[in-house]
Amino acid sequence: MAELWRRTPLWMAYAFLYIPIVVLFGMSFNASGLPTVWGGFTTSWYGELFSNDDILGGARTTLLVAVGSTIVATILGTLLAVGLERYNRSRVVDAAVMAPAIFPDIVMAFSLLAFYTLIGFTLGRVSVMASHVIFNLAFVASIVRTRLHNFDRSVEEAALDLGASELRTFWRITLPIISPGIVAGALLAFTLSIDEFVIAFFTNGPAHPTLPVVIYSMVRFGVTPEVNALAVVLIGLSFTVIFVAQRLGGVKELFT
Amino acid sequence: MRRASGLVACLGLLVAACGGGDAVEQNPVDEQSIVISNWEGYMPEDLPDTFAAATGFDATVSFHATNEEIVGKLVAAGGEGFDVAFVSGQFAQALNEQGLLAEIDPDKVPNLKNLYPEATELGYDPGNTFSVPYAWGTTGLCYRSDLLSEAPDSWMDLLRPSDEAAGKVTMLATERWLMLPAQKALGFSVNTTDEGEMTQVKDLLIEAKQNLLAYDDTTFYSKLVSGEAVLVEAWDGWCNYGILEDPNIKYVIPSEGTDLWVDTMVILGSSANKDAAHAFLNYVLDEDNHAWVVENILYKVPNQAAMDKVDPSLAETFPNLGMTPAEVLGGEALLDLGEAQPMYTDIATEVAAGG
Amino acid sequence: MSLAGRLEGEEAKASSPSSRLGKTVTLGPGLAYLAVMLGAPLALIVGYSFLTRGSFGGVVMEPTLDAWGKLANPIFFDVVAGSIKIASIATVLALAIGYPAAWVIAGLPAKWKTVALVAVVLPFWSNFLIRTYAWIVLLNNEGLINRVLRGWGLIDEPLGMLYTEGAIVVGLVYIYLPLMILPLYSSIERLDPALREAAFDLGASPRRTFRRVLLPLTLPGIMAGSIFVFVPSLGNFVVPELLGGGQEIMIGNLVRDQFFKARDLPFGSVLALCVIALMLVLLFIQATVLRRTRETHG
Repeated sequence: MAELWRRTPLWMAYAFLYIPIVVLFGMSFNASGLPTVWGGFTTSWYGELFSNDDILGGARTTLLVAVGSTIVATILGTLLAVGLERYNRSRVVDAAVMAPAIFPDIVMAFSLLAFYTLIGFTLGRVSVMASHVIFNLAFVASIVRTRLHNFDRSVEEAALDLGASELRTFWRITLPIISPGIVAGALLAFTLSIDEFVIAFFTNGPAHPTLPVVIYSMVRFGVTPEVNALAVVLIGLSFTVIFVAQRLGGVKELFT
Repeated sequence: MRRASGLVACLGLLVAACGGGDAVEQNPVDEQSIVISNWEGYMPEDLPDTFAAATGFDATVSFHATNEEIVGKLVAAGGEGFDVAFVSGQFAQALNEQGLLAEIDPDKVPNLKNLYPEATELGYDPGNTFSVPYAWGTTGLCYRSDLLSEAPDSWMDLLRPSDEAAGKVTMLATERWLMLPAQKALGFSVNTTDEGEMTQVKDLLIEAKQNLLAYDDTTFYSKLVSGEAVLVEAWDGWCNYGILEDPNIKYVIPSEGTDLWVDTMVILGSSANKDAAHAFLNYVLDEDNHAWVVENILYKVPNQAAMDKVDPSLAETFPNLGMTPAEVLGGEALLDLGEAQPMYTDIATEVAAGG
Repeated sequence: MSLAGRLEGEEAKASSPSSRLGKTVTLGPGLAYLAVMLGAPLALIVGYSFLTRGSFGGVVMEPTLDAWGKLANPIFFDVVAGSIKIASIATVLALAIGYPAAWVIAGLPAKWKTVALVAVVLPFWSNFLIRTYAWIVLLNNEGLINRVLRGWGLIDEPLGMLYTEGAIVVGLVYIYLPLMILPLYSSIERLDPALREAAFDLGASPRRTFRRVLLPLTLPGIMAGSIFVFVPSLGNFVVPELLGGGQEIMIGNLVRDQFFKARDLPFGSVLALCVIALMLVLLFIQATVLRRTRETHG
């Protein structure tokens, strides 16, 4: 009993975090479409969701942007992590790489839009992707770096002593060891990109809004039952991603 | 790092320098397709398809939530990405002054003849040189007649609501319409740039916040339907969405008068598909198509031939549809503020932050 | 989260044999990218902040301090101060909810820890707009909470909960709570388990134990979590709009409005720079506090 009582704070935090989600879940099956009136059970909102071109188009754009920015950020971020860990002694460089992770999104969004406008960079999926790389890169670098920091360098040194080239050592020894970190970083980058709204709102062109921007316009137009269904689907998707991550051994990296 | 950013800035200036000036090269007519931006729900959903079937041009529609959003985007991107945009008259005027709009070629839009004569001489663009009116109307009060013992007839009913309405009123947040109730209640022009007048407007609006439920541009009619609000500032057509769900909802233009807003269609100067864009404007102005717009979105259109075709019984349910052009034109046309725009924005900020 | 570790100011790496080529290949591309995509835009807004606003957007190449002068306007100052207040309350609340929760998680059996953490993060991975929207559903006058309370006869008139400052705070706490819990957890988890047990079991003036021993030791996590909650709260413009009903605006709204409404890039740049300045002040405080505690606690 004492044990249970002691865990009350956690249960309360969970209640706070999950009650709104449970409400959305319930409403997504509510035929009346109004949040306060139960009009019977239906799955029709899900049907409407999957035939809503705006949402589907937004989902496509979002996936494209997320995949693109994740790939670029994972490559650049991993290299940065290695560089920071092995070669860099400057605190300024250190701070510069980590800066985008805590940089307020509104500032980044504003300055990027001003910048793109000045250089005449066409606003669209590519500009959002390029913008997402900035903060994704910092998160990937950070996670991979922790992994690098924690592993036993003697393995590498042994390989080098045995005559392997630096590149070969990196490729055959270092990379496999840090790969869980890379996977974790990529997953985090992917999910951050999928959820990102402010920068996408500023730096995207009009033709292909990302899903969060589509949701923004739906939410602003009031209580739309499709949004509830969408919420349930998105949470289901995060479950899947986490499950996959668990299988790939990446989840722990995010929490250590 | 400094070198790199200097390089990029130089590159940017170069691109900017080369980008302007030249006439836009047009795609061959048979390869043209257009991207349109409109408010969500402001056009029949089947319109792009019927347009494609009738003319052979493909049309893609994207949405913007507010004039500011689309104008901000268009200015930022130099108009790239779109062929046709729907914006209110005063915003079309601003876009045109920025040099972002294409001239309308009347020969390619023969259906311009369907417009009311009054609609071709509107203050923001006399002669429809860079814009074509799509819908027009007034801003007024939309209210629940069953929950208010007395019908409102003054903007003051909104700004200093009775006890039964206090805390249950909403106002539009888009800044020109945020100012309007106070401007009209105090007897000023909706285009006033007089600082003394605007200070009074500001004070009245801040006072009004005490009794306000929320600023709301998009969901006020559903707040009326649910009873969360009983009196809201609304565009006439949007009040109809409330009337559709609850016949107790009514619309009234306050006695102090109101604005005349016009939502227009413009063609972007950067469009490489101007033939298709003109064809779209012409298609919308077709009397049958524009009448279908009225029946679908429940806003009035400045198209005489189309209004004549609209089922007259609709006007009984939806009072705005019965207004004559003379009545609509009784409102004061909204014009772009140019240099005075930041003052309005600052006052809107002060109102939002004050009280 | 390893980012937390980063922010806590880990010691710089031990010196390693530096290879110029390796350095260029690994650091070069990423730093070049950041120089162009982060450095140049920031340099740009610094420049813009000293230029004149163009009538219809854009800037005119006439140097002026007008945009900075606008900060003296009490209204804008109030917005900045109000934003700091709201973001601070949200941060303190998140800490109040997050600290005990993180404490409990750190004490769970190993196999449950990951599950418990995933459960904390999971809502974070659904779209934040939808999570904000959920609160509209809960809080509005005809919404779930008011209906339930009225149904039970506890209230006659709906409690005006939505469109208030309180609603904004709740929304911000809700959105950013996971960002508070994770760094807290990682710093609590690092404590000696015996120490953690002692905090509960010794009984003798637990408050004192907490204040004198545990609080200083978990301070890095507190600072990191607070910054993670405070900074994005400060710049958020969606929550004030959706849950505040537009009656309360924060710096984020102001920055956005300079672009999309006022078409005033110089002043927008000034505001953006203010947000950065606030963030730097916080980071400085964090660094100072951490150095102090490290000095006093060895």
